[in-house]
Amino acid sequence: MTTDVLHEPATIHIRGTDRPRIGASVAELWGRREVLYFLAWRDLTVRYRQTVFGVAWALLQPTLMMVVFTVFFGRLAKVPSDGVPYPLFAFAGLLPWQLFSQSLTASANSLVSNERLVTKVYFPRLAIPIAPILTALVDFVLAFLLLLLAMAYYGIAPTWGILAVPFLIGLTLAAALAAGLGLAALNVEFRDVRHALPFLVQLWMFATPIAYPASLVPSRWRLLYGLNPLAGVVEGFRWALVGGVAPGPMLLVSTATVAIVAWGSLAYFARVERGLADRI
Amino acid sequence: MSVAIRVEEVGKRYRIGAREPYRTLREALRQAATAPFRQLSGGGSSHGAETIWALDGVSFAVAEGEIVGLVGRNGCGKSTLLKILSRVTEPTRGAVSLRGRVGSLLEVGTGFHPELTGRENVYLHGAILGMRRAEIDRKFDEIVAFAEISAFLDTPVKRYSSGMFTRLGFSIAAHLDTEILLVDEVLAVGDVGFQRKCVQKMESVAQGGRTVIFVSHNVSAITRLCPRAILLDHGTLVADGPAHAVMSHYLQAGYGASAEREWDDIARAPGDDVVRLQAIRVRAADGTVSDALDVRQPCAVELTFVVAEGGHRLVPNLQLTNEDGAIVFVSHEIDSPWYRQPRPPGRYVTRAIIPPNLLAEGTFVVSAGVHGMDPVQVRVYERDAAAFQVVDPLAGDSARGDYGGQMPGVVRPLLRWKTIVAPDAAVVATKLAG
Repeated sequence: MTTDVLHEPATIHIRGTDRPRIGASVAELWGRREVLYFLAWRDLTVRYRQTVFGVAWALLQPTLMMVVFTVFFGRLAKVPSDGVPYPLFAFAGLLPWQLFSQSLTASANSLVSNERLVTKVYFPRLAIPIAPILTALVDFVLAFLLLLLAMAYYGIAPTWGILAVPFLIGLTLAAALAAGLGLAALNVEFRDVRHALPFLVQLWMFATPIAYPASLVPSRWRLLYGLNPLAGVVEGFRWALVGGVAPGPMLLVSTATVAIVAWGSLAYFARVERGLADRI
Repeated sequence: MSVAIRVEEVGKRYRIGAREPYRTLREALRQAATAPFRQLSGGGSSHGAETIWALDGVSFAVAEGEIVGLVGRNGCGKSTLLKILSRVTEPTRGAVSLRGRVGSLLEVGTGFHPELTGRENVYLHGAILGMRRAEIDRKFDEIVAFAEISAFLDTPVKRYSSGMFTRLGFSIAAHLDTEILLVDEVLAVGDVGFQRKCVQKMESVAQGGRTVIFVSHNVSAITRLCPRAILLDHGTLVADGPAHAVMSHYLQAGYGASAEREWDDIARAPGDDVVRLQAIRVRAADGTVSDALDVRQPCAVELTFVVAEGGHRLVPNLQLTNEDGAIVFVSHEIDSPWYRQPRPPGRYVTRAIIPPNLLAEGTFVVSAGVHGMDPVQVRVYERDAAAFQVVDPLAGDSARGDYGGQMPGVVRPLLRWKTIVAPDAAVVATKLAG
């Protein structure tokens, strides 16, 4: 902050008895947002530095999953796909899901895996669980380009619905953050989280309309289904790009769920953040 | 001068014992389920966990541009205090005000990622410590030049030697433009040349109006660098003032002695009816009483004693032990005119001159005495009467040369080394003999 030359330096007051404040944490992160960028960049660089395929992994993972889904669900189980070619149907569902699951997993483990940093240096703690989400976003963008190519291959032109994509991505990230922040903080106190997480993610995947359309769920349960934010996101994403059924009010329920969970998570994180170096 | 750091009644409590550092969910659930019953039985919320106060009621203020040394033995709470000042952890009670940004060198290179190159780590670590990208861009060349690693900029730091790693870590942190800089023991690594650079850097940092807190359990390093020192012991502040005064306090607290001790009431001074010890003083080369002695200079231990009854052969003596309790040497005054004849009554002052480049760096404790001859008889013996520190200012002309690392040993003589280029064994024998 070179501007400090002109101004009086700000005085920081630390009191052992202060209440945790979410606003202060967020404002502080905003002031130091470059840390976020560098942490995400670190994870990205390190992840692909010693790999043979490098960044191609970002494309390989969803593609291989799509192949598996197409063979088992599309061909063998003959799962319906709302009139969209099944491979494209699966791929369009997998992309937001992978963005979510990757973000969530990395975010939930982030505090514990950066233990050394947390106990030695101070910087806005919120940056730690948020940075992995940015990393996942880079992978997502690459896979998204592949999806556009696949759409061209199947001769599907994007509709006006594509304008909804930024909102849906935002909602995915918000959902990952909402769950990731809370779990990251919980992980500090209970390492059980680390073991339960893969199981949770897998369950969550089956509870999300990736391999199957949400239209398989009876319509009276559809709103309840929206409590899984990813159900609304995946349906919406697919509708926006490759066509199919619009998610409708289910997406509203999803958005509300994310907002509520995010607030709770942030509050819990702010509380754990206080004694982080001592508890981890 | 305005205040940069204000610490008021700061305390930090840690749990030890029964409570694990992290619990399992099952345990937490069980505790939650049984909590109401425990409260009924008056168990309270501590459930057997013991707590310790790592810091208790510590208060001090540091003005802008000051260099202050924080000293104390391991476990005295200085690391905890540093963690609070760097905001890694929060005080359990009390308040801290920090004017401006804080940069810390708690552990140099903590933010480094081994897979990333030196260049990449400068940016990463710089950002974690609080530098802006533009700021790092601007200072990049300076940082690299200071760390002397320009040839290895694009090598992953996992291939760096520990010296290179430390130099780079220090360099990044030292180039932070924070108003307050916290430094922990980094100068213990690296060669003397780099240490001297670090010291100069810290001094220029302080001259630029920035505040430096330097932490060490090495008292001599503190006196070398800091005009003012703060001594912590068992979590409380026991001394705060000029570094040399705090060091006497440290010696007094740790070894029960300092550079000077005098018995005002001669009747109660150590000794018997024949002779009593009145004072012991440790003097530096310039004659002043000092508890920080330059390893390259001679020093003296001075005994003042009063002979009340004449007619005895009396020999003053002293014994030096180091901080490990090993006896470094014992010395008797054998070159005085009264060594072989009885001493008349009176007051005597005798100095034992310790030659330069004999003692190693560290703390030494002096026990002093006077014994009688014919028959040999201990008349005065005062154990741990005085203590002092031997300090190496790292100027390059001590037995250390340019080496700045650990150098064990009870003594550290400056030996003469003779080297020849040796073509064959026969020549070696003749040349070295000459």
